[in-house]
Amino acid sequence: MAEIETENKIKSEEYFVNMGPQHPAAHGVLRLILTIDGETIVNVDPDLGYIHRSIEKMCERDSYQQIVHLTDRMDYLSSHINNEAVCLAVEKGLQLEIPDRVKVIRTILSELTRLASHQLWWGVMGMDVGALTTYFYAFRDREMINDIFEETCGARLTMNYNIPGGLMYDIHPNFVKRVKEFVAHFKTKLPEYDRLLSGNIIFINRTKGVGVLSREDAISFGVSGPVARGSGFASDVRKRHPYSAYDRVSFKEIVMNEGDTLARYKVRILEMWESLSIIEQLIDNIPEGDHLVPTKAVIKLPKGEFYQRVETARGELGVYINSDGNKNPYRVKFRSPGFSNLSALNHVAKGGKIGDLVSIMASFDFVIPDIDR
Amino acid sequence: MMYKIFLPLSITKSIHTWLFDVLPEGVAPYVEMVLIAVAYLLVFAVAGLYLVLLERKVAAWFQLRLGPNRVGPFGLFQTMADALKLVSKEMYGTNRADKFLYNLAPYFPIITALLAMAVLPFSAQFQAFDINIGIFFLLAVSSVGVIGILLGGWASNNKYSLIGAMRSGLQVVSYELSVGLSLLTMVVLTGSLQLSEIIEVQKNGWLIVQGHIPAIIAFVIFMIAGTAETNRAPFDLVEAESELGAGFHTEYSGMKFAYFFLAEFINMFIISAIAVIVFFGGWLSPFGITEEISWFPSVLWFLGKVLIIVFLMMWFRWTFPRLRVDQLLNLEWKYLLPINLFNLVFMAIVVWLGWVITF
Amino acid sequence: MSNEELIKLIDTWGFTLQTTEEGTEFLTFTVRKEDLHEFCRKLKADPATHFDLLFCVTGMDWGNELGVIYHLASTDLKHEIVVKVMTADRETPELDTVCDIWRTAEFHEMEVFDFFGIRFKGHPNLKRLFLTPDWDGYPLRKDYVDEANMVIK
Repeated sequence: MAEIETENKIKSEEYFVNMGPQHPAAHGVLRLILTIDGETIVNVDPDLGYIHRSIEKMCERDSYQQIVHLTDRMDYLSSHINNEAVCLAVEKGLQLEIPDRVKVIRTILSELTRLASHQLWWGVMGMDVGALTTYFYAFRDREMINDIFEETCGARLTMNYNIPGGLMYDIHPNFVKRVKEFVAHFKTKLPEYDRLLSGNIIFINRTKGVGVLSREDAISFGVSGPVARGSGFASDVRKRHPYSAYDRVSFKEIVMNEGDTLARYKVRILEMWESLSIIEQLIDNIPEGDHLVPTKAVIKLPKGEFYQRVETARGELGVYINSDGNKNPYRVKFRSPGFSNLSALNHVAKGGKIGDLVSIMASFDFVIPDIDR
Repeated sequence: MMYKIFLPLSITKSIHTWLFDVLPEGVAPYVEMVLIAVAYLLVFAVAGLYLVLLERKVAAWFQLRLGPNRVGPFGLFQTMADALKLVSKEMYGTNRADKFLYNLAPYFPIITALLAMAVLPFSAQFQAFDINIGIFFLLAVSSVGVIGILLGGWASNNKYSLIGAMRSGLQVVSYELSVGLSLLTMVVLTGSLQLSEIIEVQKNGWLIVQGHIPAIIAFVIFMIAGTAETNRAPFDLVEAESELGAGFHTEYSGMKFAYFFLAEFINMFIISAIAVIVFFGGWLSPFGITEEISWFPSVLWFLGKVLIIVFLMMWFRWTFPRLRVDQLLNLEWKYLLPINLFNLVFMAIVVWLGWVITF
Repeated sequence: MSNEELIKLIDTWGFTLQTTEEGTEFLTFTVRKEDLHEFCRKLKADPATHFDLLFCVTGMDWGNELGVIYHLASTDLKHEIVVKVMTADRETPELDTVCDIWRTAEFHEMEVFDFFGIRFKGHPNLKRLFLTPDWDGYPLRKDYVDEANMVIK
């Protein structure tokens, strides 16, 4: 690969270190070219594209039902929520009236997905900082969520369950019972997990005051999700632009003002509690009705632009569809949360140490296929 | 030859007499020395192998899984299989590495670990080398081990190894101070550096009980500093896999890597053994319950206590996150060192005023 | 502010604009490329509009023109608009950068350059982000042809 030239003039004591694409701490294939002076980081230059699959170009060739399945592979930890984004955009274009049953089930599935994603984040955060046991505890509970999904949707990672018009199949008869069991079990475990890390003085020393992102910088860099809410920027899409059944449940939007890694950690833990509360409010009252509004076999959106935003576990995912009336979209753009969060990484990591970079990256919770699309 | 060998009263005494009967006078002591060295090498190898297995089983227990259980019953032959694999691996070195230093570096930790093991009193009868400066010898010898790490990092000709070796060097040098001072605090109580003397004194009650408060403080500091000495978590930023590859032994493979790896586990055993000897009575039984039974091997008490402290060190590793390098140095120079000095004075006052608890 | 008030206010600034609200859910302004930087600067600086969040930057190939679509929002006044800019020059398209106004544009403009070839004047570090530096052509343009890698149905 050709050498990348930066505009900075290099002083003689600094040297380049490659945190290469295969690396135990990079959450996917991300290459960071660090310029280091001793132990202090001077510049972080990300080199992306190792998992770029030209999803946006493929969308120009595929039909609207096919695009939905491409989004699973972007942020694979929030696959239900990604699918929901495209389905809502297409339904907005076709002006379909979605039955309540579908909305409520979509919301429950999204919140379960958010729990699974935050669980994995917690395990990986502990592992990156050095407490290797958290990884195993996190996966044990994530397996329970995956089993629920497998019974209803048939898949554990890339669930092809949301389609334009509703859900592909109705939920399994055991779904409600298993979700209730899981919620009861998880409520006993979450305080234990939280105390394991946040009650530990070593962890607090490694995260307090580390990687501070101020509110103005957060807005200027366009960050969203728990990263923005840890810096005091209240940007939850579920509150600002409610979709599906979020306008009929009551939950708090967690915002903290310190802007450091510990604040982002606490925001995600508290969000897990809010997700549990949302699921509890909805699980007993799933309305009866159809699970699907039939659409034509060939969907053609009217000419125009449609933008739909959802709150994935990482932040605001925006789907921009520009249609010229044909059966394939003219242009589809996915505004991925990880991409904007990554643009803030250099600013936040400058002046810190390499150990700090690892904990900052863990708290930003990158999923590289989301960034590379 | 200014050494004495303490002879075990039963088996080895008979071996000793048989050797001296069979072989001529000049040769017998040398043959005996070789036999003892071979015995220690065997102990070293077996202890190393089974400590690795114990670590994996304990880790699995904390992480709610099973650990190795396929190779042999309960996975008992697992490390042997791993050792065979490591021996058969290709030993390639990097092109521009300094060949002599690169090959020399793994031997330092091994040799110093063996030297340290030679002075440990496994029981009243099993002690190879009981010099009157026992503790001083132990500290001196373990300080030499850090040279192996620095040589390994430098000679690999690799940026990451160098960073890892530098970090490790400064960590070990800083924490040696705490180890030495906390042991010195206990020497104030015993009045002697000789290890068998230290155990004799504990016949009136273990030192951690005799010295009450200052001894407990010294024990806590010793555990923290001892874990840092052996580069184990939470002080394992040297080998932090999430950060920079594998630290100073990135470029080593095969048997040389096995040397570094085994040396880490034996060091853990040695630190635990020192803790047991100095604080918990060595091979003495609690309240003297088995002293009268002459056939009861007191080496079992020693091993049992050492295994408890080793388990404690493994527990630390799998629970706590890792410290950053500046936090590590902060901890030593700003907290542990002043507490240690204060504790030393405190212990001196306690001994002078006669406030020790004896049975 | 509602869309009518926004249109009235922005008309008083005196830029040459095309304003539309049909075919889209946002109020859309199409601005000339010479005015882009000044228009965006005013959108952020004026306290009555205060568009401080740039949340989506989309490169676009309209067939004859290349351009960029900016989705802007205000975090305190809670209104949102879309700004479009285009250039008819397909050989060496050039636009002004807005990354001194919104820092998120640094990465987004690198992505637009990578896929459409639009150079941004004044960008601190314009280079290819996803594709390798020696890649030939700009893949998301409509006239991009690559027999080896593209599957056309």
